Amino acid sequence: MTAVHTTYRDAIREALREALRDDERVFLMGEDVGRYGGCFAVSLGLLEEFGPERIRDTPLSESAFVGAGIGAALAGMRPIVEIMTVNFSLLALDQILNNAATLLHMSGGQLSVPLVIRMTTGAGRQLAAQHSHSLEGWYAHIPGLRIITPATLPDARGMLRPALECPDPVLVFEHGSLYNAAGDLDEPADAVDIDNAALRRTGTDISLITYGGTLPTTLAAAEQLAAEGIEADVIDLRTLRPLDEASILDSVRRTHHAVVVDEGWRSGSLSAEIAARITEHAFYDLDAPVERVCTAEVPMPYAKHLEDAALPQTDDVVAAARRVVG
Amino acid sequence: MSRRGSPATSAKAKHRTELLRQMLRIRRFEERCVELYSTAEIRGFMHLYIGEEAVAAGLMQALSPDDAVVSTYREHGHALARGVPMVSVMAEMFGRVTGCSRGRGGSMHLFDVSRRFYGGNAIVGGGLPIAVGLALADAMRGRPQVTACLFGDGAVAEGEFHECLNLAALWRLPVLFCCENNLYAMGTALARAQAETDLALRASSYGMPSWAVDGMDAEAVAAAGHRAVETMRGSPGPCFLELRTYRFRAHSMYDAERYRDKAEVEHWKQYDPIDRLTARMRDDGELTDETLTALGSEMDTELDGAVSEAQAGALEPVEDLTRFVYTEQP
Repeated sequence: MTAVHTTYRDAIREALREALRDDERVFLMGEDVGRYGGCFAVSLGLLEEFGPERIRDTPLSESAFVGAGIGAALAGMRPIVEIMTVNFSLLALDQILNNAATLLHMSGGQLSVPLVIRMTTGAGRQLAAQHSHSLEGWYAHIPGLRIITPATLPDARGMLRPALECPDPVLVFEHGSLYNAAGDLDEPADAVDIDNAALRRTGTDISLITYGGTLPTTLAAAEQLAAEGIEADVIDLRTLRPLDEASILDSVRRTHHAVVVDEGWRSGSLSAEIAARITEHAFYDLDAPVERVCTAEVPMPYAKHLEDAALPQTDDVVAAARRVVG
Repeated sequence: MSRRGSPATSAKAKHRTELLRQMLRIRRFEERCVELYSTAEIRGFMHLYIGEEAVAAGLMQALSPDDAVVSTYREHGHALARGVPMVSVMAEMFGRVTGCSRGRGGSMHLFDVSRRFYGGNAIVGGGLPIAVGLALADAMRGRPQVTACLFGDGAVAEGEFHECLNLAALWRLPVLFCCENNLYAMGTALARAQAETDLALRASSYGMPSWAVDGMDAEAVAAAGHRAVETMRGSPGPCFLELRTYRFRAHSMYDAERYRDKAEVEHWKQYDPIDRLTARMRDDGELTDETLTALGSEMDTELDGAVSEAQAGALEPVEDLTRFVYTEQP
């Protein structure tokens, strides 16, 4: 085993390459995945390697090609569908919710949909309100879907394999600000557990619970807090549905304090769900109310200072943690 | 032009008898469903196919068992003509675990994977992308099957219609788009919702062979279906059939039908596909009163059996409520 220096983007590409190489049922389709090399350059070079049958450029018709992925999955293929951004996925929401998530149940167990849908989520690149939202929490509301959020290089590299092995629809949310994250990664890579949250840092004083693009923010906050003598557990949820409730509760029962960091809007959010579960199951273990650090309740603005103000920042997490620990 | 007694005529008579049998079967089934609905044994939304039977009966004759079928919420006829056992369809209407979707689907969501019958979709236009995907998989695996996708004229107004015709034509996929144009999207007449009401013409703009067919004539539907399927098996790419038909009943059991007058419905009843084929067969000496009576009693036996088996079918235990949200793995 050797460690290679790579990026989140390249790690995902390597995972795609491996999947395409190892299973002829796998193919990638989406807008600009072929000749353009992927809107975020994730699929760059795959067309040359695997050809246009398996690296399929689609028309700008999200509903048709996502639904086609469902149909192809029903007929024995293992499609990976790329949607450029989560905002565009709303054009395919009918297919994702009304078909992918429901066919198994409506058919009384006859129709599994082994489909992987990848899309970019999140803000931080001044792309304004139609390219910057974090809607994975909405998808995590839906029974029948599995929602995964790779936040680290090993997860970017290793989550695709179990996602493809999963007989049900898996939605992969890749935070746009992570693509350039760089580091060393072991090759050949291990498949990653997509059932359980990961404890990215251990501490005794507070549980910081997050996922995806806000993991680096939260880890930075944990370092600042450590300098002040507050040691934090940092939980990376990794899978938003089914949610690994046990890991959350286990941590909170040890630290007695919790802050949830979520780039979604606070109202009706995943952070609300997590806070509610902590209250339901670990209320008497808490020494303070659960706090949340979320995106301001505005459509994402373009201007840098306003976007920064809207998003969860390290200082916001630190401040919230200080309040909770008191 | 009757050539009574010749082998050619007898093959034709056999074909016609089968079409008639399927249409009668669908109609009797649905008439019984209406009775069961009035006694509250069947509930939910129920969309009847009465008047449109020629489409299902004709079309399914053109398909092989390996072909795929994607259907709509008005799919009792499609399912029965496809070969989904009547007893399992009826049990589904009753919400029994013995139903073809274990009682989780009901009237609008009939599925039978063993017959490649992929439902049963209650979102207008929602089945079209799935059909494209089924055909894509078959094409990528080099399999010769086609996918028949049924939808109503209402779906033509949906974006998915255009997205899917484009995609299937672009990628040369074997999808047989079958538009059952019964002139109404719920209560909105085609002419009040569509700028161009010639649907075959619109489909042809995507560069696929498109035909408008008398959807009240089972023989014409079967012939068009065979022609389309042969075209698709001969050279890759989709075809489009606009099946011009009419539903004699309301959109659903809740519909007071304020959007059309009775005279219009009565006018269309002159083209009742069962009456038309019956008359044609009688004229050609292919149908006797005895045969018709025998068909009727065959239907009654099957239907009575289906209803009593459905009534006796078990209900899924409530403890199993959360099964089939995620695939159960051994």
